Amino acid sequence: MASPGASAIRDKLRKQRRTLQETFVKLKHEGDDEQALVPSSGLSEESQHSTMNETQSSEDDPGETLKRTLRAQRQMRRKKLLEKLSAQNSPVEDIEEIPSVPLHSEDEGTGKISKVPSLTSLASKAPKSRASQQSDRFVTRRLEEKLKAARSQGESLRLQEASVVAAGRRRDRPKVTRSDREVDSDADSSQFLPQAASTRVKFRGPTEPVERNRVTADEAYNFFTINFEVQPEEKTSKKSRKSSKERKREEAQVQEEEDEERSQDPSQDHDEDEPLVQDEDGNVFVLEQTSKDFLEVKSAEYIGLRAFAVRHRPLIFTPSSRTVPTSAKLPENMTPRYLEDEGLYVGERLTVSPSNENILENRILRMEEGAKWFGDDGRIISLPDPIKESSSRPPLFHMEDDLDPALQTFYMKPLQSKHTNLSICAADAVLGDYQLDVDVSGLIFSHHPLFSREHVLASRLAQLYDQYLNRQRNNLTEHLTDKLNGLRNTMRNMLEIHSEQNLSQALQQRIVEYSMEVKNTRELRDGEQEKDRTLLKSLVKVWKELKALREHQRFINTPYKLFLRRETVDRESDEREYEKDILSEVWELEAEAEVDYQTKLSEYKKQLDEWKAWRKKQKSKKKKRKKKAQDETEEDDQEASEPEGPPDEGPSKPDTPEKLELDTIVKQVREKAARIRRKPGEAILIPELTASGNVSEGELCPRGEVARRHEVARRFIFVKILYNDKEVSQTNSFPLNPDFRVHFGQIFNLRIVNCPRSITLQVFEDLGSLYTMLAEVYVPVPPSSVLAGNSSIEEFEFSSNQREMFDHEGVGSGVPLSFTGDASDNVILLTSGKLSCCVSWGVGEDNVPLAPPLSQHPGAHHGGQYDAVSPLAPSGNVKKIGEWAMQSRLDPNDPVNASVMQMLKVASSGQVSAPDFFRLEQLQEEFNFASDEELARSRRFRLLALRSQEVPEFRNYKYVPSREREVSEKVFQGYEKRLKEGEMIDTKEHLDFHRALVAKYLQKIREAVIHRFLLASHHFLLSDMVIEEEMPCFGGARLRRVPDRHLRDSTEFLEMRSPKLLKMTGRAEMLNGAGPGILGLNLFHLAEPKRPLRPQRKERKKVTAQNLSDGDIKLLVNILRAYDIPVRRSQGGKAGPSPQGAIQGSDWLVNHVQVRPFVEVSFQRNVFQTTTADGPNPCWNEELQLPFRAPNDDYSVASLQSVKDEVFINIFDEVVREMGARENGESPQTRVEKHWLGSVKIPFSTIYSQSRIEGTFKVKTPAVLLGYSKERSQPNAGVYESVHSLCQGAFITLFITIEPLLQPGESIREKIKELKFDSQEDERLLQAAERFERAAAEGFPGRPCATTAVDLNGKTVFITRYIRPLNPPPEIMSDQPQEDAIQVARFVSLIPSLPDKVSFSGICDLWSTCDQFLMLLAGDEEEHAVLLCNYFLFLGKKAWLIIGTAVPEGLSAYVLTLEQGRYLIWNPSSGQYYGQYDTFCPLQAVGCLVNADNVWLNIQEHVSPMRISFDVSRGVGWRPFFNRFFTHPGLSSVQPEELVYRGSDKTAAVELQERMEKLLRDKVMEWRPQRPTRWNRYCSSALKHFLPSLEQCAVALGSGAHDLAEGHRHELENLLGDNRISGFPLHMAFSEMGPIVEAVHSTGVHTIQTSNVEFALAVYVHPYPNNVLSVWVYLASLVRS
Amino acid sequence: MATSNPSVFLLSVNGQIEGANFPCYDDLYCKYCFVYGQDWMPTTGLEEGITQITCKGRQSQKLIWNFPLDITFKSTNPSGWPQLVLSVYGPDVFGNDVVRGYGAIHIPLTPGKHKRTLPMFVPEPTWRLQKFTRLVDSWLWGRRPEYTDPKVVAQGEGREVTRVCSQGFVTVIFNIIMKDMKKLGYDSGPSTSSNAQPCGTASGWSTEEQTNL
Repeated sequence: MASPGASAIRDKLRKQRRTLQETFVKLKHEGDDEQALVPSSGLSEESQHSTMNETQSSEDDPGETLKRTLRAQRQMRRKKLLEKLSAQNSPVEDIEEIPSVPLHSEDEGTGKISKVPSLTSLASKAPKSRASQQSDRFVTRRLEEKLKAARSQGESLRLQEASVVAAGRRRDRPKVTRSDREVDSDADSSQFLPQAASTRVKFRGPTEPVERNRVTADEAYNFFTINFEVQPEEKTSKKSRKSSKERKREEAQVQEEEDEERSQDPSQDHDEDEPLVQDEDGNVFVLEQTSKDFLEVKSAEYIGLRAFAVRHRPLIFTPSSRTVPTSAKLPENMTPRYLEDEGLYVGERLTVSPSNENILENRILRMEEGAKWFGDDGRIISLPDPIKESSSRPPLFHMEDDLDPALQTFYMKPLQSKHTNLSICAADAVLGDYQLDVDVSGLIFSHHPLFSREHVLASRLAQLYDQYLNRQRNNLTEHLTDKLNGLRNTMRNMLEIHSEQNLSQALQQRIVEYSMEVKNTRELRDGEQEKDRTLLKSLVKVWKELKALREHQRFINTPYKLFLRRETVDRESDEREYEKDILSEVWELEAEAEVDYQTKLSEYKKQLDEWKAWRKKQKSKKKKRKKKAQDETEEDDQEASEPEGPPDEGPSKPDTPEKLELDTIVKQVREKAARIRRKPGEAILIPELTASGNVSEGELCPRGEVARRHEVARRFIFVKILYNDKEVSQTNSFPLNPDFRVHFGQIFNLRIVNCPRSITLQVFEDLGSLYTMLAEVYVPVPPSSVLAGNSSIEEFEFSSNQREMFDHEGVGSGVPLSFTGDASDNVILLTSGKLSCCVSWGVGEDNVPLAPPLSQHPGAHHGGQYDAVSPLAPSGNVKKIGEWAMQSRLDPNDPVNASVMQMLKVASSGQVSAPDFFRLEQLQEEFNFASDEELARSRRFRLLALRSQEVPEFRNYKYVPSREREVSEKVFQGYEKRLKEGEMIDTKEHLDFHRALVAKYLQKIREAVIHRFLLASHHFLLSDMVIEEEMPCFGGARLRRVPDRHLRDSTEFLEMRSPKLLKMTGRAEMLNGAGPGILGLNLFHLAEPKRPLRPQRKERKKVTAQNLSDGDIKLLVNILRAYDIPVRRSQGGKAGPSPQGAIQGSDWLVNHVQVRPFVEVSFQRNVFQTTTADGPNPCWNEELQLPFRAPNDDYSVASLQSVKDEVFINIFDEVVREMGARENGESPQTRVEKHWLGSVKIPFSTIYSQSRIEGTFKVKTPAVLLGYSKERSQPNAGVYESVHSLCQGAFITLFITIEPLLQPGESIREKIKELKFDSQEDERLLQAAERFERAAAEGFPGRPCATTAVDLNGKTVFITRYIRPLNPPPEIMSDQPQEDAIQVARFVSLIPSLPDKVSFSGICDLWSTCDQFLMLLAGDEEEHAVLLCNYFLFLGKKAWLIIGTAVPEGLSAYVLTLEQGRYLIWNPSSGQYYGQYDTFCPLQAVGCLVNADNVWLNIQEHVSPMRISFDVSRGVGWRPFFNRFFTHPGLSSVQPEELVYRGSDKTAAVELQERMEKLLRDKVMEWRPQRPTRWNRYCSSALKHFLPSLEQCAVALGSGAHDLAEGHRHELENLLGDNRISGFPLHMAFSEMGPIVEAVHSTGVHTIQTSNVEFALAVYVHPYPNNVLSVWVYLASLVRS
Repeated sequence: MATSNPSVFLLSVNGQIEGANFPCYDDLYCKYCFVYGQDWMPTTGLEEGITQITCKGRQSQKLIWNFPLDITFKSTNPSGWPQLVLSVYGPDVFGNDVVRGYGAIHIPLTPGKHKRTLPMFVPEPTWRLQKFTRLVDSWLWGRRPEYTDPKVVAQGEGREVTRVCSQGFVTVIFNIIMKDMKKLGYDSGPSTSSNAQPCGTASGWSTEEQTNL
């Protein structure tokens, strides 16, 4: 502080002061000014003060005086100011005042500034507050420095002048300074004003600088920018004036504060100053204004840590972790109460660390109503620890040795229920193979007409003894006594503990409750004791009677003997016990009586008071009345009589309650004890009943008794068993024993089918000739858990009301009976007894319970067994339970009682039932806006509901009417009909009952599958939602591999060098590594030519079916070329001259036109055709566009998949005929005829699912084509000739696709796979299969690989299980193995393919087993292939199943056989076979091979059968599923051991044949509405003869057919010499009529327009075993020439 | 048709797709279509449309389309109330047309004028690697994942499999007129001129977005 220049200044100061002190008071103030000159040396305001303090300390007097003078001055000025205030101060004064405002401490500076006029105007006008001084200080400092030089020049005169001016001003200054200062401090610290001065200082210290700074920002800006007017100043002055009042009051304080403050501040202020000086020094000088000057520059706000903490103290609460005293947590004057000490259930608390708990408690206590968080025990209320001590899950034992052998799990092979396959025909009736075991063990009569009197007594005795034993077993008395003692002890303890203190209200209440409890228990105990006592007494009594009777009748009929065993007791202790008990009871009773008395007394008092009051009133009334009467006696009699009434009705005087005397109580207790209890010291009697007595022999008995015994011996008893009210069995007749017991001991095993409703046992008595039914016993149907092993025999009581009387000793039944002579104790006894039997479910051989599943069980429909409490609820029992719960003081906290309490809680809230289970929609009923019946009744709602269920009929129903009446009932007709049809079988459509059944069954399966499919269709994958380009690379695997490896290597390398670098460079590497891989690739793509020379097909964008409408979809059929089309037969050859030959002679002469084929494509009855080409190997290369219409305009995927339409591609020969030569020689008219040559049909579903079909297809040509012959291809290559001959026939090359490309249903198929069918396979196997398939899909995309299939039950089955040698039908077998193969293949191909395979098996590939397949007679390629493969295996061939892709089927299954070192590929659905190197083999790609042992995946480079090796034995080329590491686990086959065939049904075939013929005839006529259709019967019958032979030759090798056809042609031509005939036999497998009609239509035979045409039609159905039918349709047109 | 006893109610919508705010993109156009339930049928007007390409002005950050919507539906059932589905496309650096946003909104249920701001979003690519190279990749190829059908944004089914990121906003004005709703027993709330409703009520942040413009 003490700067070098300070001493000089001080000297100067002193000098000045001295002079000043002598001068005028005003001038003395100048000294202050001069003193302020100190800062000019570079010190701040504060330093000035310190200097001042220094001065003060050194020379006290001047400082003090100065101060004093200052104060005096100030006061004076204030007075002045007040005067001014009162008298509207002038602006001039304001101006005078204001300039000083900011400069209160830089007085000197201002003084200097005022000397520089240009500056003064600027600086002085600035409305600076004191707070702004800091920034201004720099300005002033500069000024000072500059001015110092000037001053040192010693212009004293000027100085004097200035000082005079300044002095004049300064008169006001200090005060204003103060006021201004106050304004600011007031603004921020006004709230502190009332506080003590010390705190003020404390708070101000840190806050003020901040405040100052803030103001600085604004003010400084204003200072430099605002064009000053009077206004702002005025404002400030007003402010100052306003606060001046306050200021006045605390003038002195302020002064002190200031001083203190100043002494404190410097250090802080210095800190803040320093950076500012560095930053702004020089720049902000007013004279050199730059743009920066206008920027707002403020220092960062800084609040000292301490200050910060202080400021936040009121906001922050830190709970201490000290233990809170219990008293703080409980309400005043409350002692903690511990529930567990009182015996209530209190769950275990969760463990919380004590410090945390303390913190929480402290925190809660700070809150309002914090106390409510604490329980009575002074701890935080908490729920018990929910974690169970022991795991409810059974523990897993890894150590198998530790496990009880009985508990060990072992693998059992899944069993297939045999009923699953049977369900085809009996699907409606649930076939149960259940066994009910009824064990009828015996019968005991408790009364029988043939009872003698002794028997009656004996049975009574026995019953009593039973009762006694029962009671003994339950031992209620003992139990209650224990409880009573326990309760008494508790109460005593409680009273002892709390006897000293005053009992709290709660405690008293509890004591009262306890005593109530004691009372109740005691009463109960007394009751039980009494019962015991009476029972014992009556037992003894009956025994005595029995003895008396025996005595009386002098013979013994029953073996019963009763012994009474005495058990002596220690008399003393017994007495003591007895007395003690009595005493305590007396004591209790007394207490109770006391309580009772008290209540009664209070009641009495109340009543008495009432009564008294009433009396008083009455009296006063009376008095009044008397008065009245006295006054006006005569006035009204009736009035007088009226008030007379009430006194009679008024309360009578209550009786004083009597207090029960102790003596009476004691007396009562003793009496009672004597009555119900054994006397003390008396021996305990224990009765024992034995049947060890001897029954008197018959000779000793009187006649009546002998008669009775004789009668008894005659009687036989048997029991009939009725099941569902039908008699199923009966026991043998057993004689009635003399002791009236019958032992049957028979067990009946009932094999049942229907679910049990009732089981009844009828007890019959056999009297030799006549049976009487004594009684019926209804036995409940056991729950399915009751099995033969675990059931116990139960006794069922029965009785009958038959009347029977005897003249012998038998007492009869239903008649009064008396033991005493005077008939005083008459009883009527009815025949009754107990039947002991047991009904349980049987157990199969392998411990399989033969019980029906729960769902079938009628008992399961009652909720009873699930919800034990709710059945009680509705019948008002809730109240009772509630009462009981109240009475029994159920501990509500005990989890055991949770369900009851829960129920009570709900019940009390008004709800009826309180299930123990959780309900999802518990309030649903309240929200139902209509009842279910209403909804069902409303057609509109029904329609809406069906639509939202996606029922096929309504899935696309649009515009559901808004009003009920607009919905016609017709809407539902179709739907209801379909539902009804479910049960009925319509034979009309199907021509064949069996097939109708099958169709129904298939329909059912289809529905199930569709249901599953619908579920799946609401399950979206990303690919369904988002179109995303594939990863830009050659293949996912490669891309992943490359950068990964790259990365790993580089990072490892880096790691070695420096781990630190890893992160950074690793990332860079990653980018680099990934970059070239992708970027380079992309760039490569970019460089691709836009129009490549060899264009490749681009993947078209797939269109979802959502926004499609009619006409949007077109089927593009590109017909490229055909090979080996049959050519017209040259007529000149063998057949001799014919009319045809004459007409077309010219053609044939040239022999150029062999055939002029064109192709006609028909789809959905739209027909398009190509141009006509020439020759047997034509080339069309034409594209046809066929419109496509989806059914019901529904273009959803599901709908499109179920499109059954087929695309027929027919090849016709265009024949130009002349219409007979005209006589006049004009140019001959020609007519174009088309002759069908062959066809290919491709289902739309195939096209849809594959999105395009491309390839060469074999044209299905008729076996015999009249007028055409096959042009044999030259035997060019001798080696392959034999192979080539295999594939004779015409071929056509096609390309078919859909435009636009529709999203195929492929993804759905995969999704269903994802849905996971359940399986009985080993989990390990399934996982391996999944791995295998995944590996195949990754490594060899596009190669179909199947390891598992889904069977008809929806279970996943490993594929090899399907392969097993199976016997083909014996009828088609011959001795030649080669022919057998063809026969078998033909047989298999005759089993029709499923007409709508896509909606059924296509979706999820259901594989049926061969027997199922033969029964269903429908299946897709897989089933055909499996069957064929199995047949081949049976024939001893080496056969495999090929899973691959073929045209046109797409994913398909073929059969591969190895014959003489040559591989043959069989198409199972056509029966054709191809050599491995056959060009026209429809199999395009081989994915994997399957046989019974293994699955091999093709891992060769190529997939085409021509280019691969089929040798699976070599390791290369085929990857086996089962290998050394994962061996074949010996999977058993799912196929049956043997196939059973039904013989072919000839008559049915003939019948079908006729019906078909008629139908086709009708159809042809229907198709030709314009022209008459004539039928040539002659020709028809001729054709009919051909057909069987055709069938035969088809069965034989194909080559023979040709010769056959030749023969037939000749034959026909001979028959119908003058007719031009064109026709052909169609052959197909029979499934339904529809396809046949469609096929006939597609040939277009009916389209012939000639007028003189006749038709011939013949149908032949050849039956094969198992109802496989081969259908031949021969259709020909004859034109008479 | 007996007007006293109608069997359908009519919903007439007109208005316009005003414009959009896509901070990073320019030269965008918008496709719209309506998605409605099975009981709805458009009687007049265009069900689908495509706007002109618009680019941002020099000052404004907003894309203005002012594309009119005018369509009338008839229906028997309020279930499946029509939704307006918007999808915004624009070129990327290489001029490939890529999607810039999808959005859907129900047509307001009350008559009157409504201003709605639709937040737009696009599906995210799935591959982790592509995320690294997304920048490069989308530059080169304009590979942005797209929905198979813009209409999926109007339905809830299957959305859980997608990840999207938000893009920008489109503002649409609807003027709704209804007929016979009440007669058929449907009350769509106060049918008063509730156009006093502030425009950005849909969400707080959308207004904020607008004020920033």
